[in-house]
This record gives sequence, C-alpha cells and structure tokens, in this order.
Amino acid sequence: MIVAERKPMEEILAEIEDFQKILVLGCKGCTTVCCSGGPKEVETLSTLIRMDRKQKGKEVETLEASTELQCEPESVKPMLENLANQYDVVLSMACGAGVQTVAKLFPDQRVFPALNTNFTGMAEEHGVWTEACLACGDCILGKTAGICPVTRCAKGLLNGACGGASEGKCEVSKDRPCAWQEIYHGLKRLNLLHYLKEKPQVKAWPIHPGKVVREDLRQEKAT
Amino acid sequence: MNNFEPLIAVFSCHYCSYAAADLAGSSRIQYPPNTRIIKVPCTGRISVNHILRALECGADGVYVAGCLEGTCHFVSGNFKAKQRVQSAKSLLGEINIEPERVQMYFMSAAEGSKFANVAKEMTETIKELGPSPLKGTNTQ
Repeated sequence: MIVAERKPMEEILAEIEDFQKILVLGCKGCTTVCCSGGPKEVETLSTLIRMDRKQKGKEVETLEASTELQCEPESVKPMLENLANQYDVVLSMACGAGVQTVAKLFPDQRVFPALNTNFTGMAEEHGVWTEACLACGDCILGKTAGICPVTRCAKGLLNGACGGASEGKCEVSKDRPCAWQEIYHGLKRLNLLHYLKEKPQVKAWPIHPGKVVREDLRQEKAT
Repeated sequence: MNNFEPLIAVFSCHYCSYAAADLAGSSRIQYPPNTRIIKVPCTGRISVNHILRALECGADGVYVAGCLEGTCHFVSGNFKAKQRVQSAKSLLGEINIEPERVQMYFMSAAEGSKFANVAKEMTETIKELGPSPLKGTNTQ
C-alpha cells in the first residue's frame, strides 16, 4: 500500500486560509489502511479546521466525503460532479496520485494535498509501516528470497553485500538490517544459495514518469 | 472570569467509572455539578473524533474515565483510550488549544470517592484555564 502522513496543521491551515467552503476528500484505499486519509481522518481534519476557524472568529463550511479510490477517475468524477458548487477548494487526503487525479479531472478547481506521500510499504504492526518497494519496474524478488535489495539495501546493490555491515546491521544505521545478509539467510533456508553464484541481472531501470499501456484493456474509440 | 462554570464532558465506562459515579451518588459524596456523563460500553469505544466533537460542541473540557490498568472488561480498551486521549491532546496543541482540556483517568467501580475527586480536580483545572477558546466568538 501507499503510505502517507498528514501534513502539520499549520501548513494545512495556511493552504486553505482564503477559502470558506472546504471539501475534505478522503480516499478509501491505501490512505484508509495506513490511517492517514480515510473517512475517520477526514472527520478529524474537518473538525480541527472548524475548531481553528471558530477560534479565529472566521466562518467556514466543511464538506466531508471519501472516494473509493481517488487515483481512479471513475471513482472521483461522479462524486465531485454531484457535489459541484458546494465547495471552493478540495483538500485531498489521498496520496499524490489521488490529488493529481482530482487536479487533472477538474483543472479549474483548486486542490491542496493534506498528506505527504511517503512510500509504497507494508505494515510491520498496527501503526508501523516500512518502505518495501521502490517500483523499479523489474522485480527480482524471486531471486532474493522475497527481500528487495533495491529498497532495503542502503546502496541498492544487486550483487551481494558491500562488506560494511556489522553484526547483521547496515553501516548506515544500527536499526537497519543488512538486506544482503537477510537475503543470504533466506536463500540458505530455501536451499537456493546457488542463486548467489549467478551473474547479477542487468536491470532495466525505468524512465520516470512511468507509463503502463495495456492494449487488451483499452477501449476502442469510435471514429 | 470569576463566576465561570465550566462544562465538562465525561466519557464514562459502563463497567467502572459509571458505577463509581453511581456509588458516589448513593454514598452522597458531593462533587461539582459541571460534569455531563456519557456512558460508553468501554472506553475503547472512544475515538479522537468523539473528544474533538465534544469540545467543538461547547465543552470546556473532556475526560475519559476508564477501568484501572489491567482490569478492562474488554482486555485493552482503556489502554486504547489512553493512546487516543494522548493523540487528541497533540491535535489540540497543533491548533493552539490547551491540551490540558482533555484528560484520561482510571478508576474502579468501587471508587466513588475517586470519581468525585476527579470531577473536582478536572473542574479546578478547567476553571484555571478559563472558557474554551472556541467560545466567545460566534460564527454560527
């Protein structure tokens, strides 16, 4: 999932300072799961905005809504069209892709992000998430016992440990396990140590921004 | 404000502090009439949003009164409430509202006098802080 964190309130409040009708738009996808932009967080942020304005004696109207997936136009478009003219600004609690989807669909509409999008990660426990995938576009997890060296090795090495690790920890930080040492133990456990003797793959690093086109899924446009 | 009487919302657990309030009443223990008790099945039911809404709707202070640590009827509801109260405090700090307006207390069903003391303590704290900064300006 994509992991994001709410921006400091000071920054959010400054962004929307000049607006009176604010649509706080959550996303029921990743940001709900990482507890930063789901319906519950939408309610919290809306309440905080109202409380702040009440303190300052300024009027505000908040509208709360959450899209199924804010990165999917078919989920965003009908919802915002239904709410048209009820708000001056959209405060999006989705990841950067969600914010951009709203901005692209409604180019005349002001959209602000309420979250900072951090990474694609996994939950270690409730409330703890770690980065797990850099979306390199050429996955080698099958050869590395399910541990991603691109993401988890500080140097992003593809051909084994650098030699800087001490007691299984990376030289960058004592809290950071050496990805290649974990890969070694993982492969050993799976009886696949011979993988390490293979030549490292030459990776096809992606060009950003990436684009995926699936001709089999595209709808033919009537000419 | 000398004659300021705060309005305090209390989220009270059915299994402990609500019974403690009942005991305080039947034991005729006096405590300030500033509290408004909202019974919940467990303090683990309370979310940050409930606390913020209470303040937004006019409470000068809010406290959550749950079971003694380790005695929650639902195992860990009171610990969850404690974390959420902490989270509500830090959110209030972010919008320049005194975090002391929100507190967490633990008590057993047998502690009627503690319920009364907590009500007194919280009333004093809020009296010192003064009315909620959300009052005084009317944007409605």
